Amino acid sequence: MKYVLMFCETEQWEKDWAAMDQAGRDAGFAKVQDWLARYSDKITHNRKLSDAHTATTVRLEAEGPLVTDGPFVEGKEVVSGYVEVEVADLDEALRMAKDWPACPLVEIRPVLM
Amino acid sequence: MNSPVSGSAEMELARVVRDHAGRLAAALVSLLGDFAAAEDLVADAVLAALERWPVEGVPERPDAWLFTVARRRGMDVLRRQARYQDKLAQLRWPVTPEPGNRLRLIFTCCHPALPRESRIALTLRVVCGLTTAQIASAFLVRESTVAQRITRAKRKITDAGIPYRIPAADELGERLGEVLAVVYLLFNEGYLASGSDVAEHRDLTEDAEWLAGLLDGLMPTEPEVTGLLALIRLHRARAAARFDGEGNLIRLSDQDRGRWDHEAIAGATRLLTRAALHRRPGPYQLQAAIVACHAEAKTWADTDWPQIVILYDLLLARAPSPVTRLHRAIALRQVAGAEVALTELVAVAGPLDRYHLFHATRAELLRELGHPAQARAADRRALELTSNPAEQAVLRRRLHNS
Repeated sequence: MKYVLMFCETEQWEKDWAAMDQAGRDAGFAKVQDWLARYSDKITHNRKLSDAHTATTVRLEAEGPLVTDGPFVEGKEVVSGYVEVEVADLDEALRMAKDWPACPLVEIRPVLM
Repeated sequence: MNSPVSGSAEMELARVVRDHAGRLAAALVSLLGDFAAAEDLVADAVLAALERWPVEGVPERPDAWLFTVARRRGMDVLRRQARYQDKLAQLRWPVTPEPGNRLRLIFTCCHPALPRESRIALTLRVVCGLTTAQIASAFLVRESTVAQRITRAKRKITDAGIPYRIPAADELGERLGEVLAVVYLLFNEGYLASGSDVAEHRDLTEDAEWLAGLLDGLMPTEPEVTGLLALIRLHRARAAARFDGEGNLIRLSDQDRGRWDHEAIAGATRLLTRAALHRRPGPYQLQAAIVACHAEAKTWADTDWPQIVILYDLLLARAPSPVTRLHRAIALRQVAGAEVALTELVAVAGPLDRYHLFHATRAELLRELGHPAQARAADRRALELTSNPAEQAVLRRRLHNS
């Protein structure tokens, strides 16, 4: 089955990241690279997204589309990247998510098509 | 259900259904690879049994009866789906006992990606063969709510790709914990509710004991499973002494120990010894050991309190919880006196402020230390916080007498 793992950043996580020195951030990136390499045979696609402040939202309303700035929900948690994986079942996707070394929230969704 | 059979015959019937329905469900799921379809077939067969057996009598071979109904129904429903039809046609009863199938079924029903209420409902339905009506009456919720929970859970199992398998060795500990938590919750639900309308409600503690026994038979080398089974049996062995004729709760210290089932207590203690041989103590074994200390004491005064305090310390080291600290404080009072116990209690006042037992215990200690006014205030607070009629009665009596 195909799943998308969505990685979400929280306010606290962003603060901690901002407070880190370059060596700390490099180590963080290296862990993510390790993770991607370890599961390279399962990962079909992966992207890191730009920060939430770059987001633009289009609301498709009855009176016509409404374009606003900002992410689609005024949330404190924002999706910051995703991977698409091809694995046997939810448990295998869960195992990958539990190993994820970066931001503290991962949502797993099966891909419909 | 209007049933001409007596209570005990009905229990026997439930046991037969539970035993064979779970086995049949496991066989069908592993054969069809489709959880929802298999579960529907079994549910229909169970429903037919619950309607017809009380009228026609339990068939000579209840297992074969259930199997035939499920298979016939399956052929009807799935005629359009050739894949199932071929497979169903190959299915023969008796299904060779494959303990793995039933375990896989239980792990699927208790998957952490399902909401906890759904895990409980699904396990009762699929593994124990209960109908949605029975589950609803046991939990005092509407039947439609239970049906909805089960439908949603089945849909999620299929759509999210929740696998039908026993977890690998490295995840077994965590996942087994989820399964045991479901059985334990089921037991607690039954144990706490058993004071009110006993005759009306299904005895969930019996279902929990049956499930724990099934798990213990399927995984005899997992000591926490054995520990949970021992814990449930120890509690059930003392059930007859917990309430008086009017349904009032009798405290452990006042119970007539002659009414305890001492044979069952000895059996549960042997289970605990068997679990201990694995040298992997866990929260259920420790809780069972504490209950065993109480169950083996000839009188309240005879209880091995120092041992109980040690067991609570071990339990707290593994599973810290304010409620456990409260119970430890109650034991500590017997070893070190009310003043020490009260100091210990103050430490958990924050998290337990809305827990009636905390205030009731505090009241007892304050009364013992000669502060009757504060004790009455604490008892009143406890009374506000509990909705269980048996516990309310104990507190009212105490307020009246003090």
